[in-house]
Formats: sequence, C-alpha cells, structure tokens
Amino acid sequence: MKGFRLNGLLVIALVVVMMLSLAAGNVWVSPTSWLGDDLSALIIMELRLPRTVLGAAIGAALGMAGATMQGYLRNPLADPGVFGVSASSALGAVTSLYFGFAVSAWLLPAFALAGAGIGMGLLALLAGRSGSLILFTLAGVILSSLAGSLTSLMISLAPTPFATTEIVTWLMGALTDRSWDDVQLAVPIIAVGMAFLFATGRSLDALTLGEDAARSMGVNVLRLQWFAVLGVGLTVGASVAAAGIIGFVGLIVPHLVRPFAGHRPSAVLLPSALAGALLVVGADSAVRILPSVSELRLGIAMSLLGAPFFMALLFKMHRELS
Amino acid sequence: MLLSFENLSLTLRGRKILNQISGEFQPGRVTVILGANGAGKSSLLSCLSGLREPQSGSVKLNDRALLSLNGKERGRMIGLLPQRPDIHWNVDVKTIVGLGRLPHSGRWGMSAADHEAVARAMEATDCVDLAERKAMRLSGGEQGRVLLARVLAGEPQWLLADEPLASLDPAHQFDVLERLKSYAAAGNGVIVVLHDLTQAARFADDIMVMKDGAILAAGPRNEVMTAEIMAQAYGVEVQIGTSDTGEPLVVPVRRL
Repeated sequence: MKGFRLNGLLVIALVVVMMLSLAAGNVWVSPTSWLGDDLSALIIMELRLPRTVLGAAIGAALGMAGATMQGYLRNPLADPGVFGVSASSALGAVTSLYFGFAVSAWLLPAFALAGAGIGMGLLALLAGRSGSLILFTLAGVILSSLAGSLTSLMISLAPTPFATTEIVTWLMGALTDRSWDDVQLAVPIIAVGMAFLFATGRSLDALTLGEDAARSMGVNVLRLQWFAVLGVGLTVGASVAAAGIIGFVGLIVPHLVRPFAGHRPSAVLLPSALAGALLVVGADSAVRILPSVSELRLGIAMSLLGAPFFMALLFKMHRELS
Repeated sequence: MLLSFENLSLTLRGRKILNQISGEFQPGRVTVILGANGAGKSSLLSCLSGLREPQSGSVKLNDRALLSLNGKERGRMIGLLPQRPDIHWNVDVKTIVGLGRLPHSGRWGMSAADHEAVARAMEATDCVDLAERKAMRLSGGEQGRVLLARVLAGEPQWLLADEPLASLDPAHQFDVLERLKSYAAAGNGVIVVLHDLTQAARFADDIMVMKDGAILAAGPRNEVMTAEIMAQAYGVEVQIGTSDTGEPLVVPVRRL
C-alpha cells in the first residue's frame, strides 16, 4: 500500500510544518504559550493560524488542480493557469482595486470569484460542447492572454499612483495579514472544487490510453471536461481571490510527487494536494523568517523557486528524449 | 450474442463516410474488415464500438440498440483496441492492463475478480514477466501485447481491433493474430481491420470488404477472398494459391 504510506508521511510532514509556521515569524512563539489569553496567544489565534490554514488550503488546491490539469491534458508541463481561470480571476480582483472598491473586505474576493466565473463561462462559449482537447486548450490560452492584457491596461490607466502600486503588489500574491474572514470565504469553495477534481481520478487514468480507448471503456469525456473546469475554476478562483497569483505550485508539485506515487494520474491527486499544502506553508514560513527589509512576497518567492525547477525539468525531459 | 448494424449512414463535414450499410457479425469467429484507405473501415468500427453516433440506422447487440446502453455497460460488452497505441504516462504494465477492468470495477478500486481477470489476460498474452516494467521501457512488440492484454482484461464478448498489426514484425504479427483467434475460439466475437491481405486470408473466418462507404462483399473467407473482389476493392491484382500448410496464400502482384 504505497499510496497510504506516502499520504501518511505527507500528512505528518504537513502537521510538523504547520506547527513550525505557527511558531515562526518576527517573534518566536513556543507551543507552550499558544493557548492562553496573553499577546502571544493572540498572535497565534488571530494572525498566524488563519494564515497557516489558508496557506495549506491554497497549496492543496493548487497542487491538486495542477495534477488534474496534467492528467487531463496528458502533458507534464500543464498547470492550472492553462484554462485562463487564474488570469480572469486576477482581472476581477484588479478591477475592484482599480475602482477602489477594496475598502470592504468582501468585495475583492467577490470580484475575483466573479472573474473566475466569467472566465469559465467564456471558456464554455469558446470551446462549446465539443469536448475537443485542442479547441479547449486554445480557448484557455486565448482567455488567459486576454485577461492578462486587460489587467495590464488597468494598471496603465490606474487613476492614482497609489492604485497602481496596490494592484501591482496584490498581483504578486501573498498570505500576509489574512484573517479568519478570508479562510471562511476560500476554504469551502476550495473544498467543493477539490471534490470535483478528486472525482476525475478514474477517468484521468483511462485517458492514459488515449481518448478513444477511454471512451470505449465508458468514460464520458464531456463530463470529465466539465468536472475538470469546475474543479480548477473553483479551487484556483478561490485561491486567487484569497492570496493573489501564486505561480508554479501547480506545475512543480505533481512532478515532486511522481517519483514516489507513480505516474498513474489518480494516484498523483491526493499526494499533490498534501505536498502542495506542505510547499506553500513551508515557503510562507520561510519568507516570514528571512531577514529582509520588508517581507518577501510569497508569489515572488514561489516564482524564484519555480523557474529554476522548470528549467531542470526541461533539461531532464530533453535528456530522456535524446 | 449477435452484433449487427442496419441502414448505417455517417456523414462527416459534408462527406458521406458510410452509406446506408447493413450487416452482421457471428460470435466465435474472426471477421476481418478489408478495404482501401478511406473506404470507411475505421468509421464503421467506431460506430460499432459506440464512439460515434451514426446520422441514421443503428447498431444492435442481439436486439438491444447499442446507444441505449450506458458507457460502462457498453464497455463491458465491446472492447476496442484503437489504431494508435497511446500510453501517455510512464506507468507499469500491470497498471495498464488493470485499466481494462474499468468498465467492471466499482467506485473503490479493483475486486478479487478484477485481479483474476487481469492475471488471465497477462497470461494469455505472455505479459506476466513484464508486470513491473514501465511503459516507456517496452519495445514495440511488447507494447502491442500489453495493449492487447488491456482489452482482454475487460473480457468483452466483442473485441474490435483497428489495424493491430501496424508496426509489428512478422513474428509479433503472428502472436497477436493467434491470440485474437483463440479469443474467438472461446466463443467471443472478434472483428479486425487489416491491410495485410496475406495475413487476412490466413486468419479470417469471415471477411467483409468495404469500398466507398458501402459493403462490397461479406461472407466466409473462401467466398470473399477472390481475385475479382480484391481487384474491385483495391485496384490490384492478387494471386491466390495454397501454402505448404494448406492455408490460402494471397499475394498482391501488381496495380491494375
């Protein structure tokens, strides 16, 4: 039972890293003073715990969404951004910042989720009911670039330099100062999305043998397509709404997991969720501890980590192919 | 169980691929479908396996319309070995063969019966030694055997194979055809699209010849495998003789 052991180890590692994430920061708070009613307990309960929980949820969401996308597109270089959901969700959030609506805590996430929803709707219109993989991927790429350019347009037309700064900073993604409100908003949506993603497992396995073989064994490719879109839309939409764009997690994590879990797509899903949570919580703790003038943005840290990894991956694939 | 099709018509992008064709297949026999490129063989196969819905006409299993079955029911009765051998992830052989049980197994993984069926299929195709091997470490011949094992693991009453000999050397061609033949001998129906007339003549019990979306001839091998019908279907001249082992020996000799 390779899967059980791997998932068990990941759960243990995740718990340990979450504890460390609670303890670490500008002030070190040892577990003995987590429960109480002094200031350090307040830091844990109101600042670090929501941040850690949110980080774990977002990491799990992005990891699983990435594993699903790679399985669905049968492409190890796919990531949750391919459908254009994260870009359209970010556009929604940037819109609310542009108009200065972000004064209310609920408006920015609501706009981001609306952006994700509109993105998925456009995807449905563009790709239609064909179930065609190529059409679908192209529609996602187009959507992604459209949302990206509209975001740039908003930045360049921003009414005040303050709004520009706010937008640019937000886009970099971070978990700084997140509260229980953010957790309450994002976690249920992520959970529903992950349920959709988890349900695709067996169909993704069948797709290993190609679309015709999968369909001949009773896989409904249209249903699979919409489970993947809904799952990725909900998980990624909610993640972007809560923390901005945190790239590379969805791309890297399934690759980290495969040497241990095997390549069967359904076997990669759950470990990817756990490893994604582990990676984001770990990275978020690291940016807090790193001695720097102001806290390094998590999105930047992930990209700094991700780009070299991506290159190493390409080199490895190059070696295997030649 | 009888597999039949009636008044089947299929139009793709304004082109008539299948034109009002009818026919039936007998279980316990190997039926080879022959015909020039573009004659409609693969399209017929995809209608028979339920992957394509014809504009008119229907495919029937005994008296039930194929399209009235749900995907899993259909998958249990009809196994398809598609033309292109696709293995997208570097999974091991027993996982690939296990995928063939998908139409049978419940939500929570494979049952004991599933594992037995996988073991039988691997035995029948000589894949037992390959069980732990990764997909990317398989040779072309091994891959062919493994994918055949995948279909056999589903234990379908009907096995449909689209050019299973492509890219196999003669020895592996014999292996695959012998296995299909013994699967038919066990009482299942086997329908194979082939391009190799020599192999078709040796292994077919029945032959169906297609041309331009219609059925040119269908029936027992010796009635259909004639120089005249081959000339009509392919525009080539064939010589038909008898091999040392008493099997018919068909060799295309020139283009007409």
